[in-house]
This record gives sequence, C-alpha cells and structure tokens, in this order.
Amino acid sequence: MAMEMRLPVARKPLSERLGRDTKKHLVVPGDTITTDTGFMRGHGTYMGEEKLIASVAGSVERVNKLICVKALKTRYIGEVGDIVVGRITEVQQKRWKVETNSRLDSVLLLSSMNLPGGELLGQGVLVQVSPSLVKRQKTHFHDLPCGASVILGNNGFIWIYPTPEHKEEEAGGFIANLEPVSLADREVISRLRNCIISLVTQRMMLYDTSILYCYEASLPHQIKDILKPEIMEEIVMETRQRLLEQEG
Amino acid sequence: MAGLELLSDQGYRVDGRRAGELRKIQARMGVFAQADGSAYIEQGNTKALAVVYGPHEGMGQGWTQGSQLKGARGRHMQDRERKTGGFVLEIRGSRARALPDRALVNCQYSSATFSTGERKRRPHGDRKSCEMGLQLRQTFEAAILTQLHPRSQIDIYVQVLQADGGTYAACVNAATLAVLDAGIPMRDFVCACSAGFVDGTALADLSHVEEAAGGPQLALALLPASGQIALLEMDARLHEDHLERVLEAAAQAARDVHTLLDRVVRQHVREASILLGD
Repeated sequence: MAMEMRLPVARKPLSERLGRDTKKHLVVPGDTITTDTGFMRGHGTYMGEEKLIASVAGSVERVNKLICVKALKTRYIGEVGDIVVGRITEVQQKRWKVETNSRLDSVLLLSSMNLPGGELLGQGVLVQVSPSLVKRQKTHFHDLPCGASVILGNNGFIWIYPTPEHKEEEAGGFIANLEPVSLADREVISRLRNCIISLVTQRMMLYDTSILYCYEASLPHQIKDILKPEIMEEIVMETRQRLLEQEG
Repeated sequence: MAGLELLSDQGYRVDGRRAGELRKIQARMGVFAQADGSAYIEQGNTKALAVVYGPHEGMGQGWTQGSQLKGARGRHMQDRERKTGGFVLEIRGSRARALPDRALVNCQYSSATFSTGERKRRPHGDRKSCEMGLQLRQTFEAAILTQLHPRSQIDIYVQVLQADGGTYAACVNAATLAVLDAGIPMRDFVCACSAGFVDGTALADLSHVEEAAGGPQLALALLPASGQIALLEMDARLHEDHLERVLEAAAQAARDVHTLLDRVVRQHVREASILLGD
C-alpha cells in the first residue's frame, strides 16, 4: 500500500519572498514610545515615569493626539454594529451564555431571539480565526457563487453553510433543518474551510473577494492537499497577486 | 565528584563557557495555532514550551493539581486526574474564583516524563510542579497589567521537554514570549536566568551538571527596562558578602537574555506586519 511521507525542512520566511518592508513603527513591551506628555494614551500603552511605554507588541497608531499600540493578535473587542458568531456554552434561567472569542462570555437574552438581535444557525461548519484578520465591511453575510454561503463574524468565528434554496420567513421559532447535505455541497464547504485556514496561516485579511480568489486558485488541487505548506503558499501567493492586479 | 572541575584555572567551565557566558538561546513565537499565544525556547539543551489562553471567562474549581485539594473532594479530584491522565475539565462561569477588579493568572508547570535522565513517573501534581506553578504565577502577576481585564482569567501552561538546568528561567522566558504572542498587555518583558557560585566566581546560566554539584544557586526574574526584580529565589547557603556578586551576575545574564528575546519578538512582529500589508 502506498503511503505518503513528509520530512520537515527549514523554510524561508514568507516576508523575504514578498520583498517588501513595513513602514510602521513597531514596538515591544517596555519600549518608550514618546516622552512628550501632550499625547493621550490609548490601548496598548501605559504611563510610567513620565514616559509613554508600550505594553503589547505591535504597531504604533497615532490619530491626532491619541497614541495607541495595535497588538498583532488579541481577543475580540466588541463594537456597536459588529456581526458576531458565537457558540452557546451555558443555559441559564432567562439567558444564554455565548462564547465569542472575547475576554468574557457574551450574554444572549431569550427575549431577543426572534428579534434581529440573535439568529440561530442550522447546519454548517465553524472556523475559528484571529479577530484581527477579519476585514470590516458593509455586509458580513456573503453568498459565494461557488455554491455555499459564508458569515464572517467580526470576532473571528466564521460560519460556512450550504446556501438555502429558498429564503422563507421563519414565522414561529427555529426549526432545525436536519436534511442531509449533498456531497457536492459538502465538498464545496470543506474546500472553503481549507482555503480560509490557509489564508489565515499566511496572515491575509479575510473578506469575500480574498476567499473567493483563494477558492478558485485551489480548484486544481485536491481538497486534502490544500493544507500542505508548499501548496498553501502557492495558492495564497496566487490570491495575493490577483488581489493586487484587481486593485492596481 | 572528585576530579570534576566546575571552573578550570584558565576560567573555563565544564562545557567550555566563560563564567558570565550564556548558553545558546533559540526561540520561536506562535508555534500553536489553536492557542491564544504560544512560544518555544531552547537554552542550550533545556527546552521549554509555553502556551497561553486568555483572557477568558473565569473558570471554577476543576483544574488544579491533585495535591492542592484536601478532603473528600480532593480525593475525588485525584481519582479523576488519574483516570483522565491529569487533565480535569473546567467548569465555566463559577464566580468563586473570578476577581472583581483584576484578572486571575493561573500557571501550570509540567515536565515531560522523558525530560530528565531517568524517566519521571509523575508529570503533574508533584510538589515541585506545584511550587514552580506558584512561582511562575507570582512572577507573571507582577508583570501582566491585570487591572485591564477584571473578572477574567489568564492561563499559562508551561511544559519542559528537556531539562538540562535552568528550567525555571527557560519557563519564564518561554512564558513571556507566549504572553506577548497572545497580545496580553505587560509592563515589560520578564527575563530570567540562574546563577551559582564556585571558587569565588559567580557563574551565570547553570547547566544540570553545575546544579547537581550542590553549590549555591539562585534564580532571578527581572523586568529589564526598569531593573525591577519580579522574583528572586534561592534555597542554599550563601555568605551574604557574596550575594551582591551573584545577584549582579544573574542580573547581567537576564539583561543579555532580554537582548535576545527582544530581537526575536521584533522579528516576529515585523514579519507579521509585512504579511498583513499596510
């Protein structure tokens, strides 16, 4: 029986291959950002001995008089108007505790279930990524032309599900649609999932166009091959190029 | 051990280093995708892996070392630990352990059964692991800005894969990198190093051979920018006249470690920043 064996090999960091450098001011904790006391301190900084010192490792962002340090990877910090996808972890008397990849669990009141506040999702696949990789857009619900739909939660939880054939108004409560999903749909969904994971590994921002291009770039390969490092790099490079062409 | 010179006449140690010289350090951040933060460090032959989860919802009783709990509940926990191989499930939402004004830092130390010369029989739950966990917790409570995350919990799990002396230092260094990788705000890096005293000379970064020889040894965790000490630990007899010198050797070694870790973090941040694009 033929088996596939892989050997680990040192790889060159991807940033070298991209051949560009960053213009941002990068700091690590303990670094003095400025000794000028006129600035207001934002997230990621603290005042120590009349100096503004960084408390996370990331890039300095200056907006007028406000200085903050944006960390590379943090838990989700909610903002008004964000769309989030969560997982119910606890059921209490009148509310549910939802895990949303943030510092504390979120609360979903039962009374807000039929309102636009909370919507229960049926069958699908959840992918957890870092919140900083989800791009802020006007809408986060996307029906991709390849045959599946995607909800990009701002908190880094991404829900991939088969596009429902007809959108009907849910009059009463939530009736879980437990019909088995077809094989073609399943394949599309797993391919999408692997594409999202490869984009995340190469630290690319996630939005509908990047996911779609990545999906198209991955079509020549088998679904299970997408997660191999060299194929992942190839697909993401192609996606990057297409996105650059589209912008330029 | 007659005939084993820890410090030769020319000033060379057993492995050829000078008195104040550190072992080769290699470190990497972001080794686990599923954790919030993770790091791996090698100091000579000592290898440590640190994983950080959090800040997240405070968890109730459930994840503790078996020897900490007493009474019937303790025994029940110990049985569960043995059956599940030492991993006990956490119970979410219990308000018993969450602190109202700051984050709870929970550290756990574990050394692999294959990490020492002779196979260890009990990886977690023994006295040394408990003590290390407590020391790590004291160290990181001093450095992490816990006031920014009330009622949440930060978990730091450290595992030693190969122990060749200086395990506490390697754990602290790995945990610092992991906490940075998770984006948890800290006052400064926490850099640690061990030091000993042989023949009137202070040695920095002891290896297992030097630790086993039985001389006095000290472990120091430092916040380099301000020079503040997060933890200083020694359980041996040392004349107070010598303390100053040994402390200075450890502090200098910790500052050298900081230079290295600083470089690693900057490289990691720069790489990620380039990939994300401007």
